[in-house]
Amino acid sequence: MLKLTLLAAAGLARRRPLFAALVSAVPTDVLKPGAALRSGRWAMVIDLRKCLESKDCHAACARACHLEHNVPDIANPRHEVKWIWREQGAHLFPDQLDEFRGAALADQPMPALCNHCDNPPCTRVCPTGATFKRPDGIVVMDPHRCIGCRFCMAACPYGSRSFNWEDPRPSLKHVNPDYPTRGKGVVEKCSFCDERLAQGRMPACVEACTCGAMAFGDLRDEQSPVVKLLRENYSIRRKPELGTQPAVYYLVSK
Amino acid sequence: MIERAFIGRGRYQLWLAGWLIPVGIGLACYLFQYSHGLGITGMGRDVIWGFYVAQFTFLVGVAASAVMVVAPFYLHDCREFARIVILGEFLAVTAVIMCVLHIFVDLGQPARVLNVLLHPSPGSVMFWDMIVLTGYLGLNLVIAWTTLDCERNATRPPRWIKPLIFLSIPWAVAIHTVTAFLYSGLPGRHLWLTAVVAPRFLATAFASGPALLVLLCLLLKKAVGFDAGKEGLRRLSFTIVYAMLANLFFIFVESFTAFYSGVPSHRHDLQYLFWGLDGHAAMVPWMWLSLLMAVASLPILLSSIRRGNQRRLALACGLVFFSTWIDKGLGFIAGGLAVSPMGTVASYAPTVPELLISLGIYAVGVLLLTLFYKIVLSVRAETESP
Ligand code: SF4
Ligand code: SF4
Repeated sequence: MLKLTLLAAAGLARRRPLFAALVSAVPTDVLKPGAALRSGRWAMVIDLRKCLESKDCHAACARACHLEHNVPDIANPRHEVKWIWREQGAHLFPDQLDEFRGAALADQPMPALCNHCDNPPCTRVCPTGATFKRPDGIVVMDPHRCIGCRFCMAACPYGSRSFNWEDPRPSLKHVNPDYPTRGKGVVEKCSFCDERLAQGRMPACVEACTCGAMAFGDLRDEQSPVVKLLRENYSIRRKPELGTQPAVYYLVSK
Repeated sequence: MIERAFIGRGRYQLWLAGWLIPVGIGLACYLFQYSHGLGITGMGRDVIWGFYVAQFTFLVGVAASAVMVVAPFYLHDCREFARIVILGEFLAVTAVIMCVLHIFVDLGQPARVLNVLLHPSPGSVMFWDMIVLTGYLGLNLVIAWTTLDCERNATRPPRWIKPLIFLSIPWAVAIHTVTAFLYSGLPGRHLWLTAVVAPRFLATAFASGPALLVLLCLLLKKAVGFDAGKEGLRRLSFTIVYAMLANLFFIFVESFTAFYSGVPSHRHDLQYLFWGLDGHAAMVPWMWLSLLMAVASLPILLSSIRRGNQRRLALACGLVFFSTWIDKGLGFIAGGLAVSPMGTVASYAPTVPELLISLGIYAVGVLLLTLFYKIVLSVRAETESP
């Protein structure tokens, strides 16, 4: 709708200068097409060596993300809403960590978030198309279309999705006016900061990470930092046996 | 024809009025849930589906089981079911309505339910489930209503009804298969990620549905003197025996694969259900009770068939019904979601409002079934009176 109005206004503006003012009145911080970051396949690389060494970041990644995206802070663990959070290694990689070197990782907290899978079961099962994969690989949610059936949560094998079991707004300590809040009864999750990418900015967690453990970039671009890191280091992904092809890689060693 | 549903003696009116009470309570609880969100239920971020979805799953089975009287009657001309077949069809209609209501109350944004039609997603099994369920509802309603109307007018059923009846037979199998696919196509939910879900669903359906039908026939006989015919009930009992045997066999083969292979993820959910996992053992007594009732029902059924003892038949059918209800209406969903994606174990117990909402839906079912059966019986009484 907004697009149509803009197009119509642009058309008119060419003929009548009076309308030109209307077009230029479009807030420039919302639509900045030239500056948007684009990618063939967005992916994230989390260097666990750096991440686990940092003792004083206090999960800066999660705090930045949740503040930016108006993710509520709900005390009841059954009703929690999380986009990115720290979870024990054993929970992230069940059956993947051995009892020797792996045991050192098993009880360490490490970042968990939506994997923006290449073959996402969550979008496959959604009966309304409220969640879908964009051509650049980001799996997004349209909370206005979601009917709250939670089929996508049953399908996601990573627990990456949260449902609003209660109205989240009373649990927001600060509201970021630049990002929408959600209501009860819909599903939400990490969006790889699609709104920031559109403005030419890196995801909030990547920017906030104090120890440079998070890299973000285009998997199809040989020059991108993520491809370089993945070529030079050994990485693991969560539950690879399920064929979902996660786009979040965890670096464990050289 | 429809006016017959509401004409009756005081006792009948009282029965209808009595069931309106749980409907009202359920509605009030639903309004509470509607304003507060699904957080008033026992569900949460790990156990994302609970009592509602479980009842839906169980009731799809009851709906599908109508085929166990429809197919023999229309395909093999099995006359013993002549008096039962329409009862089975109306039971199917009622069960589908209860299914749809259970899904509706489970939605976080019920006002947007039409998005399923506005944005059809043929890749989603839920989309197909909606199509097959509404189709099945329509088919059974049209078939039952038309055949009853013809019975009343002592005319032959129109010719177009036959193809619809034949279509309803595979359709019944389809509704439960598609419902099974809701679960068995999800990666990482290991109790569900097995091909045995669909056949086992059908087996439990073909046991529980006919068991309920037998119980209803016996109840109608006691309450209003309607005789479904001994032979019909006897045949239904055989159906129940075979379906129950198939179900037990499926439980056995699934357990073998899970435990003999030793794959932890495959084993954990069954372990949770029957032995408890990490100290979570709420389902254990229920599951063993279900299994015990399933096994015990078989000799009782067989002896009731041999002796024609209707008390024993009622007992056995009660056992079958509750056994499958526990299995599907409690264990299947709670067990499938017990081990969270993080590998932790999460227990679930429904809350009081959650149970009352579901009870309200069951009460709607009782009311609808009463009205349908009242119409059938009054038409029968008219045509059969000399
Ligand atoms: S991690 Fe889960 S929610 Fe994210 S894309 Fe994969 S399946 Fe979907
Ligand atoms: S909860 Fe929303 S996003 Fe998830 S499957 Fe249902 S409609 Fe789609």
